[in-house]
Amino acid sequence: MDIQLWPVAASDVAARVDAIVLTLLLITGAIMALVLVLLLTFAIRYRRGSPARRGELPELVKKEVEIGWTAATLFLALFIFAWAAATTLGDARPVGDALEIHVAAKQWMWQTQHPNGAREIDALHLPRGTPARLLMTSQDVIHSFFVPAFRIKQDVLPGRLTELRFTPTQTGEFPLYCTEYCGTLHARMGGTVTVMEPEDYGRWLSAQPQGDDIGHEGAALFVSLGCSGCHAGRGPVRAPGLAGIWGRDVQLADGRVRHVDESYLRDSILQPRRDVVAGYEPQMPSFSGIVGEEELLRLVAYIRSLPGGQP
Amino acid sequence: MSDIAAEGPIPGDAQPHQGLRGAPSYLTAEHGLAAWFLTTDHKRIALLYAAALTVFFFIGGAGAVAIRMELFTPQADLLSADGYNRMFTLHGTVMVWFFLVPSIPNTFGNFLLPLMIGARDLAFPRLNLFSWYLFIGAGALLVYALVAGGVDTGWTFYTPFSTAYSQSYVMAAALAVVLVGFSSIATGVNFIATVHMLRAPGMTWFRLPLLVWALYGTSLVIVLATPVLTLVLLLIVAERAFGLPIFDPAYGGDPLLFQHLFWFYSHPAVYIMILPSFGVVSELVTCFSRRQVFGYTFMVYAILWIAVVGFLVWGHHMFVSGQSLYANIVFSFLSFIIAVPSAIKVFNWTFTLYRGQITFDAPMLYALGFIGLFTLGGLTGLFLASVPIDVHVTDTYFVVAHFHFIMVGGAVSAFYGGLHFWWPKITGRMYPDVWARFAAVLMFFGFCFTFFPQFIMGFLGMPRRYQVYPPEFQIWHVLSSSGAVLLACAYLLPMGYLAWSLIWGDRAEEDPWKATGLEWRTSSPPPRDNFRTMPAVDTGPYFYHPDKEGPRHDEPEAHQNQGRET
Repeated sequence: MDIQLWPVAASDVAARVDAIVLTLLLITGAIMALVLVLLLTFAIRYRRGSPARRGELPELVKKEVEIGWTAATLFLALFIFAWAAATTLGDARPVGDALEIHVAAKQWMWQTQHPNGAREIDALHLPRGTPARLLMTSQDVIHSFFVPAFRIKQDVLPGRLTELRFTPTQTGEFPLYCTEYCGTLHARMGGTVTVMEPEDYGRWLSAQPQGDDIGHEGAALFVSLGCSGCHAGRGPVRAPGLAGIWGRDVQLADGRVRHVDESYLRDSILQPRRDVVAGYEPQMPSFSGIVGEEELLRLVAYIRSLPGGQP
Repeated sequence: MSDIAAEGPIPGDAQPHQGLRGAPSYLTAEHGLAAWFLTTDHKRIALLYAAALTVFFFIGGAGAVAIRMELFTPQADLLSADGYNRMFTLHGTVMVWFFLVPSIPNTFGNFLLPLMIGARDLAFPRLNLFSWYLFIGAGALLVYALVAGGVDTGWTFYTPFSTAYSQSYVMAAALAVVLVGFSSIATGVNFIATVHMLRAPGMTWFRLPLLVWALYGTSLVIVLATPVLTLVLLLIVAERAFGLPIFDPAYGGDPLLFQHLFWFYSHPAVYIMILPSFGVVSELVTCFSRRQVFGYTFMVYAILWIAVVGFLVWGHHMFVSGQSLYANIVFSFLSFIIAVPSAIKVFNWTFTLYRGQITFDAPMLYALGFIGLFTLGGLTGLFLASVPIDVHVTDTYFVVAHFHFIMVGGAVSAFYGGLHFWWPKITGRMYPDVWARFAAVLMFFGFCFTFFPQFIMGFLGMPRRYQVYPPEFQIWHVLSSSGAVLLACAYLLPMGYLAWSLIWGDRAEEDPWKATGLEWRTSSPPPRDNFRTMPAVDTGPYFYHPDKEGPRHDEPEAHQNQGRET
């Protein structure tokens, strides 16, 4: 059994994290060595009865050195902070054309769904070199999506969407763990992320059972839940049309402006009276408890697939 | 001391102790069960706490033993999945609230705080006794929860798992923690009042020994932070028992609210656990290097800085929880800031050794071990304060290793160091020195052996709270479990020889270490009212040598006690 000391680095995030880790290891290693050397040197040199000089402390060691190391540690801390914060902000910058994967977590499994509707359980296939964007939600307690090889981790919460962005840079199979304690089988809630060359990924994807893509499933729900009655203009009630609203800013009745994204659409379905669009009555009923997490994902996918103009 | 006629035997002690001038020691002043269980003597209450804490240390330790045995192999061998979850919850809950938080304050703090500032007792002796009964009540409730079936939420009680999904005795455990919180608060209030009101004449704020400063800072944190824990656990009970939707997202609640409130207490709680050991280590390092502490005022301000900024860093437990990016960056910044006072303390302890006359008695070995382990624990905190690294290592064994370095390598080492240092004062007996030095060295290496491998496996991706794990992590778990055997020996050994010393140990002098604190200018063990005559104070602490000279080779007695007769 060969002993591994450094985890595989298989994403763009991993490269950036490892650079900071290495630098910090050098800095903290130097500080640790300094403290140990000082402790040992002083302990040996000034052991009771040794001939080393005692008496008053030299001037240099009195006040100046104290201010010196306070300033030095502060400066060092600020330097590391600035670097880490810059990296954090960089990682958070959105990238265009990311492959969107929907992830639903529940005790004790991971369900993933590709843009074309292909589903996996406790597994996820990704093409190398394509930015991936994971939109995640939980159906029960808090879970956490952790792939050590990618150096990414994000808690997955009930009633809320969280996301992860990264680009896999290496092919292979990488373990996925749940890292937020979630009950009896927490330790067994894992899976495998398989990164493939883009052409292999395409072949793999087309070999999957052809479900409807989630947008189509959402369209069926949109009718069966009765949304289309008002929002598609066929019923007596006046409700805002949904075509082309994705990605735009909408004016709300109370003067605020909200950007139409996943979380806004979720909120509007589950708590419709919270952000009413200007010019409309707050009369939509809440669908909380009626639509599940997976159905929400499909409805949102449908709404964003609507072209501008006619619904 | 020993030439004075004995009054009569007391249980568990072959020869009774007596103070000078015929005043009986606090151990022999009164007899019978009621004299112990209804005592208002801070020294006896300290011993009551010590007994209760020992019991909980064994309960929590048993949890650790079960965990380390189970993790010896990657498969599930000993425990069911639920059984394992209950074990680590037991270990965490008991060790945090029923050992680490009360450990140094309620034993050494209770015993020494009045002695060190020259008072007869704490400001509110009956409140002190009441806090012990609250502690026992809380402990009984917790033991009930554990025996009835256990708790499986982890010590962190995260919602919605704890409110809606856990099938275990969450409410009993939560109420036990609420109760023990009130016990903490009672002690904190008592210490604050005592330090403010009962200092001896001349004992000004900047003449207080650093242990008193550390206990004072700790008490402030306890009094300000614990109510938030009480509140959030009561909210859990309200949601679990009465369905009041606070954290449940199905009714518009927010599970992250729980985490914010919980860590608003639990991060300061880390400082509740470590600040008192800063105080203990300052006493030990100065005494055994025979030097005034380096940078006394910086040490005081570092304690206060930590106590204040400790309230502002709770969000660093939540970098991957879904809190906003900007919150992450602010909390990361504040977490780096709080590293500075800890660094100041490490450098100051190190420079206290400079030009000293160092001896390596057991308490000093514990203190030196503490400095090394705390430094490594603190430095790994810089990794966790950096958001991108924390994202990778949070909720892995890296975090487990980090906080065990601080709380076990740090706080428990300091506890054992203090126990050896003040043992002669508390019991009037000397322990066998060679055994004690051996135990101190064993504890250091056993600890490193147990917890250092956890940094590596955590960085490799081994998640915490896992009963079964991929086989590539086994080597690290085997190292860790083997080290735990050594560590367990190092914890048990002192219990053996310290108990031995109660009967066969040499009698302790009044001031066996030639130390400077007021607690050393009374008999060992002290009389009921602490001092023959109440002391007055003319100098600062740690007067081991005159300002303009260093300690001398031949005269270990060159020190001067802080107090004088009035």
